[in-house]
Amino acid sequence: MIFSLDLLINAVVSGILIGGFYAAVTSGVSLSFGILDIVNIAHPAFIILGSYIAYIVNANLGIDPILTSIAVMPAFYVLGSGIYQVYYVSFEKRGQESLRGLAFFFGLLFITEVTLVLYFGVDYRYVEASYIGAAWHFAMLDIPFRILVPCLVSLLLIAALQIFLTRTFVGRAIMAVAQDQLALRLMAVDPIKIKRIAFGISIATASLAGAFLIIIQPVEPSVGREYIGRIFAICVLGGMGSLPGTVIAAMLIGIVESLTSTFYGPSWAPAVSFGFLLLTLAVRPAGLLGR
Amino acid sequence: MTVRTPVFLLVWLVISAAVFAGSLALGNDYIFFAGYVVLQYVVLGTAWNILGGYCGYVNFGSAAFFALGAYSSVAIYKLITENDFYRMPIPVLMLIGGLVSGVVGFGMGYLTLRLRGAFFAIATLALAVVLQTLVVNWDFVGGSRGAYIIRPEQIEPIGNYIRYLFLLMMVLAVAGITIARLIEHSRLGYGFASIRDDELAAEAAGVPTLRLKLIATTISGALMGMAGAPFPYYIGYLQPSSTFGLDYAVNSIAMPLIGGTTSWVGPLIGALLLGSLQQIATVTISSAVNLLIVGCLLVIFVIIAPNGIVGLVHTYLQRKPEDFVGRRRVEAEMPGRVP
Amino acid sequence: MSMAEGASMASTAANSAAARALLQVDNVGKRFGGFVALENISLSVPAGERLGLIGPNGSGKSTLVNCICGTLRNEQGTVHFAGQKLDGLQAHQRTHLGLARSFQLPRPFVSLTLADNIRIPLLYTVARRRGSHHTAHEIEERCAKLLNEVGLGEKARRLPRDLTQVEMRKLELARAMAAEPKLLIADEAMAGLTHSEIEDILSLLVRLNEQGVTIILIEHIMSAVMSFSRRLVVLVSGRKIADGRPEEVMRDPEVERAYLGQ
Repeated sequence: MIFSLDLLINAVVSGILIGGFYAAVTSGVSLSFGILDIVNIAHPAFIILGSYIAYIVNANLGIDPILTSIAVMPAFYVLGSGIYQVYYVSFEKRGQESLRGLAFFFGLLFITEVTLVLYFGVDYRYVEASYIGAAWHFAMLDIPFRILVPCLVSLLLIAALQIFLTRTFVGRAIMAVAQDQLALRLMAVDPIKIKRIAFGISIATASLAGAFLIIIQPVEPSVGREYIGRIFAICVLGGMGSLPGTVIAAMLIGIVESLTSTFYGPSWAPAVSFGFLLLTLAVRPAGLLGR
Repeated sequence: MTVRTPVFLLVWLVISAAVFAGSLALGNDYIFFAGYVVLQYVVLGTAWNILGGYCGYVNFGSAAFFALGAYSSVAIYKLITENDFYRMPIPVLMLIGGLVSGVVGFGMGYLTLRLRGAFFAIATLALAVVLQTLVVNWDFVGGSRGAYIIRPEQIEPIGNYIRYLFLLMMVLAVAGITIARLIEHSRLGYGFASIRDDELAAEAAGVPTLRLKLIATTISGALMGMAGAPFPYYIGYLQPSSTFGLDYAVNSIAMPLIGGTTSWVGPLIGALLLGSLQQIATVTISSAVNLLIVGCLLVIFVIIAPNGIVGLVHTYLQRKPEDFVGRRRVEAEMPGRVP
Repeated sequence: MSMAEGASMASTAANSAAARALLQVDNVGKRFGGFVALENISLSVPAGERLGLIGPNGSGKSTLVNCICGTLRNEQGTVHFAGQKLDGLQAHQRTHLGLARSFQLPRPFVSLTLADNIRIPLLYTVARRRGSHHTAHEIEERCAKLLNEVGLGEKARRLPRDLTQVEMRKLELARAMAAEPKLLIADEAMAGLTHSEIEDILSLLVRLNEQGVTIILIEHIMSAVMSFSRRLVVLVSGRKIADGRPEEVMRDPEVERAYLGQ
């Protein structure tokens, strides 16, 4: 272990930037789990799907992955809405969501991963864009653009989501549906429709998150699994549905992971977020900014 | 009305003896290799169902408990057998594996069972990854390079070692379903069901829910550990990535859900059917496709046939469940939720 | 003497009897985030009492029950039952001590038959408590008897999903009774019942009371409350505004204003 200030500062900054990206990745689950109470553990699968779509378009047409993912977001939204409808009819309505609903999402996660393996194999895929490879040098800092760009766009995404949830009618209805469905009905708003919209948005964010992912690192189908722990750790630590909390928690975990990886080696990194999760669940399930 | 446990046990031991004799008669040892895996899944599915089907708490980390049992055996092998050539008998290894996994199950339950079922499920995922990372970084048991176990060729009077392993796993499977059935018909079974249906009401009725959940987690984990203990001897070369693999998690969830979660029959049927299907598919198609099939079947059954094959049989025969398996329980749809 | 003085005299009398009270609630407070659900609730229930608890919707009646029974934790104040402090005790431990409740919105065990629903408290509370061994036959009989008492005897082998809302409330009550409590809290067990059904439940509760069970009745049906209760407590917006004999409480202008409307 070689300790140097240079290394430390770069690790911390890197952690913060990755944290920004993690926040975007988690934002969808903050919506579906934090607010709607739907345990969608298949969320990483949709992210990976987004990565692969960005990869295909990038490899064949050379289009920037972020642009691709934005164009594809409506399709993901429709997919999300459809999945929620199936989930609602099959599980939520029957009160079976704690066992069969979970198994359902687990099955989806699995099917997605295996299908991708069958189609694309287990080789790592990556994308090419003008900013990948370049870096910003500033004093001791060495910030690669491939991490900086996704981080900045991620924060934009989160800001947009927050504005949506707090300022628009639909957004506020989404926040309300978590608390009082009866009141919503009395306002002639169908809670099921609201939840469908929310879940659709949740999956739509996965499209963007997928593009960010494949910019930051090469992707292969099982990469999603590492993210399950990260996503839920951040969601719980961030207070379940609080977007600002999600950002803080994401950066915290990003920093700890980065430091662990730099000073102890990358093979320990997966355990960090999962370990955090277990710790948070055991000690303070309400999270840092708990509701 | 209901068969008494000693009779049940006897019947299944007789059936097992017959199966074993029949397999010997076939003359091809492949049946033992394939059969071992199927029986392993009977144990894993039954174990999962005790916590999942009976109590309603989903465990995504079956692989972790299974692998703990396997790596306990590896550790003991490296510690004793490799140097001293003293070979710890496999039944003893199974007990040790069961103990280790049971203790870990208890510990993890203690940390997370006070929370909602969803958090417990996520925690089990986390546990699997944390354990895998620990094992990968623990060079004594081989780390990411893996570990080799040299198993004996023959064991008297059975013959090939694989037949011995098959026999052991069969005994464990019989023990597993007997334990599951015992729980079902006991006060514990009623307590588990009340937790599954409405934990708050169960508490109010005097059921010590945390204690019962811990019991379920411990028994479930221990059984999985026992199933994992002989695995290194079966496979010869143990690697963390495959031992902690997701296919154990998927199968131990899919088999009870497809077979039926309310009784010991479901996981047995699910494991026998799905396990055999996979063994055939792996040989004829590919192992990736075979996992895809399991995943798809899981999703389809969970949507269309929530009571599994057992439930489908009930509906087809149009009988009340009490007539079928002699108990008065059925998985029910809750009345329309009050908004 | 004003109602306030009368109430304070009553509560002084109650405090002196506190040592003998079966249920003693002292300054219980409960918040949900910024919302104060209960504020400074004090209550003394002697053994054998027939207490009526009334108040508008949202006044905190069910929250109070939840705090007493351990489903929720009160941040302030303490609850004593049979001389024992309940702080830190889990809900099932309180049930073992002799405290039982029915839920306002019925929470049956949906995959179990009605008989099995009753069996759960028998197996886990009664059997554990007595120390004596109950045979399966005895338990079976007890299930049948309890179901008959609430008029559900014929449906013993049916599932809760086959029940009407009214029948589910009766099952809820029967399940609470099955725990053989010293104190039974019936939370709106009579909503939706016909007049004769109300009479049935009331006479059932009276019978229980005569056998020594203390009863707290939470109801909106005023005729039932008035005829059953020997004492009445009124909760409004999380505060206790009256505690005394039913006729006096109903004449209290504050109660009229807050609850009944003028």
